[in-house]
Amino acid sequence: MKLDINGQVHEIDAPGDMPLLWAVRDLVGLTGTKYGCGAGLCGACTVHLDGTATRSCLLPVSAVAGRKITTIEGIGKTPLGKKVQEAWIAEDVPQCGYCQSGQIMSAVALLSTKPAPSDEDINGAMNGNLCRCGTYNRIRKAIHRAAGG
Amino acid sequence: MAAVVSSRREFLTQAGAAAGGLVLGFWLPEAGARNVAHPHAVPAADVNAFVRIGADGAVTLVVGKSEMGQGVFTGYAQLLAEELEVEWASVSVVSAPAAAPYNVPGLPVQFTGGSTSIASGFQAMREAGAAARTLLVSAAAEKLGVPAAELRAERGSVVHAASGRRVGYGELAARAGQLPPPARVELKPAAEWKLIGRPMPRVDTREKVNGRAGFGLDTRLPGQHYAMVARAPSFGATLASFDPAPARAVPGVVAVFEVPSGVAVVATNTWAARRGRDALAPKWNDGPGAGFSSSKLAAGYAELAQTPGTVARASGDVAAVPAGARRLVADYATPYLAHASMEPLNCLVSVTADGCDVYTGTQMQSPDRDAAAKAAGLPPDRVRIHTTYLGGGFGRRAASSSDFVREAVAVAKGFGGPVMTVWSREDDMHGGWYRPQSHMRLTAALGADGRPVAWTHTQVVQPLLKGTLFAGFGVDPKTGLDATSHEGASELPYAIANVRVDVHDDLKPVPVQWWRSVGHSNTAFAVESFIDECAHAAGRDPLAYRLELLKDSPRHVAALTLAAEKAGWGTPLPKGRARGLAVHASFNSVVAEVAEVSVEDGAPRVHRVVAAIHCGTAVNPNTIAQQLESAVTYGLSAALYGEITLEDGRVQQSNFNDYEVVRHAVAPRVEAHIVPSTDPPTGVGEPGTPPIAPAVANALFALTGTRARRLPLKHTSFAAS
Repeated sequence: MKLDINGQVHEIDAPGDMPLLWAVRDLVGLTGTKYGCGAGLCGACTVHLDGTATRSCLLPVSAVAGRKITTIEGIGKTPLGKKVQEAWIAEDVPQCGYCQSGQIMSAVALLSTKPAPSDEDINGAMNGNLCRCGTYNRIRKAIHRAAGG
Repeated sequence: MAAVVSSRREFLTQAGAAAGGLVLGFWLPEAGARNVAHPHAVPAADVNAFVRIGADGAVTLVVGKSEMGQGVFTGYAQLLAEELEVEWASVSVVSAPAAAPYNVPGLPVQFTGGSTSIASGFQAMREAGAAARTLLVSAAAEKLGVPAAELRAERGSVVHAASGRRVGYGELAARAGQLPPPARVELKPAAEWKLIGRPMPRVDTREKVNGRAGFGLDTRLPGQHYAMVARAPSFGATLASFDPAPARAVPGVVAVFEVPSGVAVVATNTWAARRGRDALAPKWNDGPGAGFSSSKLAAGYAELAQTPGTVARASGDVAAVPAGARRLVADYATPYLAHASMEPLNCLVSVTADGCDVYTGTQMQSPDRDAAAKAAGLPPDRVRIHTTYLGGGFGRRAASSSDFVREAVAVAKGFGGPVMTVWSREDDMHGGWYRPQSHMRLTAALGADGRPVAWTHTQVVQPLLKGTLFAGFGVDPKTGLDATSHEGASELPYAIANVRVDVHDDLKPVPVQWWRSVGHSNTAFAVESFIDECAHAAGRDPLAYRLELLKDSPRHVAALTLAAEKAGWGTPLPKGRARGLAVHASFNSVVAEVAEVSVEDGAPRVHRVVAAIHCGTAVNPNTIAQQLESAVTYGLSAALYGEITLEDGRVQQSNFNDYEVVRHAVAPRVEAHIVPSTDPPTGVGEPGTPPIAPAVANALFALTGTRARRLPLKHTSFAAS
């Protein structure tokens, strides 16, 4: 089976029902995408599938053949992804940092469809991304900063 | 191979840190625990256990504290770099091994907790930085053939002003590391600080936004396998029998065997381990937790609270109350809570002839090392602890029994190769070591002026320390009481003549542990709600009432006054909103919070929280603000939604669908303020958590007239106003 991740094709040997998350982490070795709940409840595993934010913990690897997958390791290569990461740095967003890969992937997806999101837009797009350190205020500021800059 | 180099490097580091000798630093970013931001590309030398300098002048600071989001890598780097006299941009931080130089000053243990890092390291880390600087100056004196007194250190170099000569630290480090440590060092006066007191950006931010930061779950060794463990369905149950066949039938599963905590399933990847584990149907023998019910426990606790327990504090005579005093009685209840860090527990272990390597996000390096040694059957000096970044700690990774480390060692030893034991979210939530459930009965007698003349507090709670490795730290030998059972209650700051605080420290089979702010998370809810009840009963403004009773507690007054002023206490709010406040001292700091709330569809909504902390010298105002934002949000999740309940011995919550936490859309705006102070630093990570539940409950009372005395608040219906 072939996975197209961050513009690189990886050949993997996995059962079709293996969630993309584990294929990316354990078989391909890209560990920036995180496991938080395994049930689509926390957003830590968010990746882009053809540019759309998707929870990789529930998505069977068989469903992504031929699709373009982008992970946190690749998002900085896009101008928008880089801008969002720089905004995260400027606002000093992360604390423990574990959820931030997923937060950033969701934020980039939001900004790619809504370049100047309102607070309501942010609530709508980001509500599935949990953070236990309470970085929500700074994430909101960073999204507005990325939109404005 | 890369990781072998890494682990060899870390081994050398460990040996070097202990011996103070030369270390060759390599770093391959693909390898192992990647918590070095800017690795040395060139040979580097240890000046002392905390400072390593490359031949190119790059500075690596070695921090013996766990970075779990609280910003300790940055805070310790500021303390070290301030005295070392190096450019901030030249500094990176690496996690220390478990070794004596990194013990908490004055204690024989290396751990991160109790909001102690900056408080206990403020002197020690500045001295370590100054000691390294002194050695570098001595090495320069030798090299230049001039007296050390003619030299000064600045920005990563030693300068001889008289001759205009300058030698970079990179040229001096190897020799400096061979010199005997200075007998005494001089520290800068505060007026000369360039880093301390400044909101320095965190040293770990960049790698936490590009996916490179190495958490426990991200660590990889050559030939590594992954395990999941089928654990007992109720606390204390033991394995009776199991059939390994269904697990073995799952492709990728390579081994199924018994470990002390249950049945381990080892596979080539995490998904296979999970499928194999879930295919098992082990049979268990009931233990003491069978049939356990937290609702029955609550009823039993309420009953116990009717009579006084063992006295923890008694001043005056609570029975001697003037006739006509108004009596108030209130019962408060709090549930078990899971820590629910975003990163579920995990621990990678490799046991070889060379020793045992443990890679995990731990808050307890030296106790975990000792527990791993016991589990591996090795002496402690053959166990190496590699502390990764922690995807949240909140106390769970300060495991008083080293449960997840001991188990992972048993799995790796049983398998005979490197294995990461991974906990699913459900495993993590079912795994115990919760914040204990409690019941608190408070009474007060108000005098003619409305102020309390007597106050009693009966606390019913399971103790945290008794019977653990840490009993020596906080169990009163006279009363047998755990300090953590009544902290926040017994040091009641309000000027009340007659006070009694007593405790029933009921022991139950549910394993409990410290949860961000420990005992204070229970007691502050009761104390700060009840003083509010007293204020309202007296017909007084809750702020003015508290300030009168806090006249002997200037730090409380400072924090409370600052929070109230910034929140606009007493100024009008839009219809349907109200404010509530709370102030609480913990970990030697004081935090006051003002919450602004409304009610939407009968449920509380918190819009804004203004927090003010008195924490002495603010080493990094940026990370202190982060910790207040964090502590408020963490505490708010618990106040609104958090509870672990058990019925028939089973934990009823499993994941974030039934253990709800605050999300983006409901997260309040948090504004953090710091009381200016030149006192020595005090705790920061935890003290922001205790006040939020009572501040919100008090605001809801102000808005609706409904007094919530049980957490979480989701059990109380508030009439929309």
